[in-house]
Amino acid sequence: MYKIMLREDLVPSIHLFKVEAPAVARKAQAGQFVVLRVDEKGERIPLTVADWDREEGSITIVFMEVGATTRKLAQLKAGDYIANFAGPLGLPTHIDNFGTVVCVGGGFAVAPIVPIARSMKEAGNRVLSIMGARNKDLLFWEDRLRAVSDELIVTTDDGSYGRKALVTEPLKELLEGERKIDRVIAIGPTVMMKFCAKTTEPFGIKTIVSLNPIMVDGTGMCGCCRVEVGGQTKFTCVDGPDFDGHQVDWDLLFTRQRIYLDEEKKALERWEQMSHA
Amino acid sequence: MPKLDLNRVSMPKQEPLVRARNFDEVALGYNEEQALAEATRCIQCPKRSCIDGCPVEVDIPDFILAVRDGNMPEAVRILKSKNSLPGICGRVCPQESQCEATCTIAKKGAPIAIGRLERYVADWELRQGQMQKPELAKPTGKKVAVVGSGPAGLTAAADLAKLGHEVTIFEALHTAGGVLMYGIPEFRLPKHVVQTEVDFVRSLGVDVRLDSVVGKTATVDEIMEDGYDAVFLGTGAGLPMFLNIPGENLNGIYSANEFLTRTNLMKAYLFPEYDTPVKVGRRVAVVGGGNVAMDSARCALRLGAEEVYIVYRRSEVELPARREEVENAQEEGIIFKLLTNPKRFIGNDQGWVVGAECYEMELGEPDDSGRRRPIVKEGSEFVIDVDIVVIALGTTPNPLVPTTTKGLEVTRRGTVVADEETGKTVKDAVWAGGDVVTGAATVISAMGAGKRAAASIDEYLRGL
Repeated sequence: MYKIMLREDLVPSIHLFKVEAPAVARKAQAGQFVVLRVDEKGERIPLTVADWDREEGSITIVFMEVGATTRKLAQLKAGDYIANFAGPLGLPTHIDNFGTVVCVGGGFAVAPIVPIARSMKEAGNRVLSIMGARNKDLLFWEDRLRAVSDELIVTTDDGSYGRKALVTEPLKELLEGERKIDRVIAIGPTVMMKFCAKTTEPFGIKTIVSLNPIMVDGTGMCGCCRVEVGGQTKFTCVDGPDFDGHQVDWDLLFTRQRIYLDEEKKALERWEQMSHA
Repeated sequence: MPKLDLNRVSMPKQEPLVRARNFDEVALGYNEEQALAEATRCIQCPKRSCIDGCPVEVDIPDFILAVRDGNMPEAVRILKSKNSLPGICGRVCPQESQCEATCTIAKKGAPIAIGRLERYVADWELRQGQMQKPELAKPTGKKVAVVGSGPAGLTAAADLAKLGHEVTIFEALHTAGGVLMYGIPEFRLPKHVVQTEVDFVRSLGVDVRLDSVVGKTATVDEIMEDGYDAVFLGTGAGLPMFLNIPGENLNGIYSANEFLTRTNLMKAYLFPEYDTPVKVGRRVAVVGGGNVAMDSARCALRLGAEEVYIVYRRSEVELPARREEVENAQEEGIIFKLLTNPKRFIGNDQGWVVGAECYEMELGEPDDSGRRRPIVKEGSEFVIDVDIVVIALGTTPNPLVPTTTKGLEVTRRGTVVADEETGKTVKDAVWAGGDVVTGAATVISAMGAGKRAAASIDEYLRGL
């Protein structure tokens, strides 16, 4: 059992938990994930680590309420326990002094982009960051991302805060600008990552995305998370989650993410009935 | 002395058509009368050749004698002095090719049903609600880390704990038992039996740390730095093999590992009470002919599939599954499409598999495995309509531990090189055994390896 040390509601549907998991905290690096199970009947879900504190022995996760499991998770308070919490899994993001790096975070994936931007900064890069959300009410951690970036551009789809644009617009402008961009890291909803990769492709700039297929064990055992990258089948949990966005078969990823749509709907309906009862 | 009965007492089973629709155990086990009758068939021959067939050297005639005499606590004691997991072994060991194959009576008739009697003894103890605890040796002050809580790890841990060492098991998943939990289905090996035997190992003082992915959460070297004097790697063969043919990543195509993990470990057959779903559809094709393929096919049937096929590239005699499991599958209505091998999978415009285009095969000369090589009949392609495909071609060791441990020798097949007798690897203070060394094999051979390694580790620790 893993104690929730702290809970913060970043926006009404996006929550932060700081979880007591010293063994995971000892090894966690930017870009890695944990697999957790809320309770004894729960499914195993992967969540990218948003932060860690090795001394305190804690891992910070940020998640959005989308289905039954994340809603169940959102019922927990500080002091409650999560049944299982394994990690850090996957390969860390490749950090090096590339020169100038653009970090793009969309939706609740602003959380995992922060430690990556921070690590890139610490490695000596100039870090230009872009964060985007549908609207002002879904934005969080602007201060945290700003603190580890040389520049930050904030966008909302509806223009309720920052610039009215999708993240791909300022990304394209940066690529077209005077400054040489050496690498792009984009994390967010699959469609956002796909279009970030499409945006950078004509410029030939290496673009790393963090894929989010369905997983079960998260240790290379089942192959549920298989994706095709450069025509080859890869297991996201052990070969990724970071891949070259220009090589990813995005349509396959979209298709495989939809395998359990019917069951997800059923589980959510059941959850709603039960939480009303 | 009554005349030797050459027929064994049969074990009651659920009716095929009933059991094909539930996850309850298929084989119901002997009652007292049946167990006594079978135990009485044992002639207590002086050769005791059955023991030679047992990888963990259970004193088989002695526990059978205790059953015959109605001394069940003694039967338990004898059995568990060599085998910490008798409820599991009694159910899943291939006794027909081990102890029962070397039984003296086998020369004349049906060998003693040793596996059924073993299960009877284990189940008897389970029903008592209290486990006998063997005597533990004086604490040695030495610490051993066991990586993986499958059959090899549990056996090594139990033996080492009995010898007085302080043992910690590191398990990657959220439940202990390894393949006994995620792979072998409930109807063949009830999970409460596994958990009772895991609890028995815990009762010996073994600390089981779940959610500990060795190679990620900590490497073997880091564990050793934490003060362990020796390490046993029993990480199994957890990496699924695929066919590497077109269409294999379509929706609805599972590795057997995923299909069985969802069904067994995550209890998808109880969705939505349990949160993890699994897709079944109307027609399921399972590619492969081993025990895992039989388990997958029989799970699919129980999950509600109407037609389930085993698609296997050789003929019936080459099926690597246990004969008993093949018969069980046939009785339940699994359809065997033999001498058939997929060429590619066909998808619909939604990205779901709808067909498996297959070749007819024929058998040529024997290959390296000694079995006749399957050869494609050119131009024989035909399509099997399917909703779900399960690929059960076998597994190789998960590279997570081998690739993160300095100084291990690993073969091209990904297995860890270890001494056959002792399980010692080329790395100081590190042993390995079970599927991670041999590639996918049986529960009992992994247990045998765990047992031999425990003896070797004990000898090493006493010399420190």
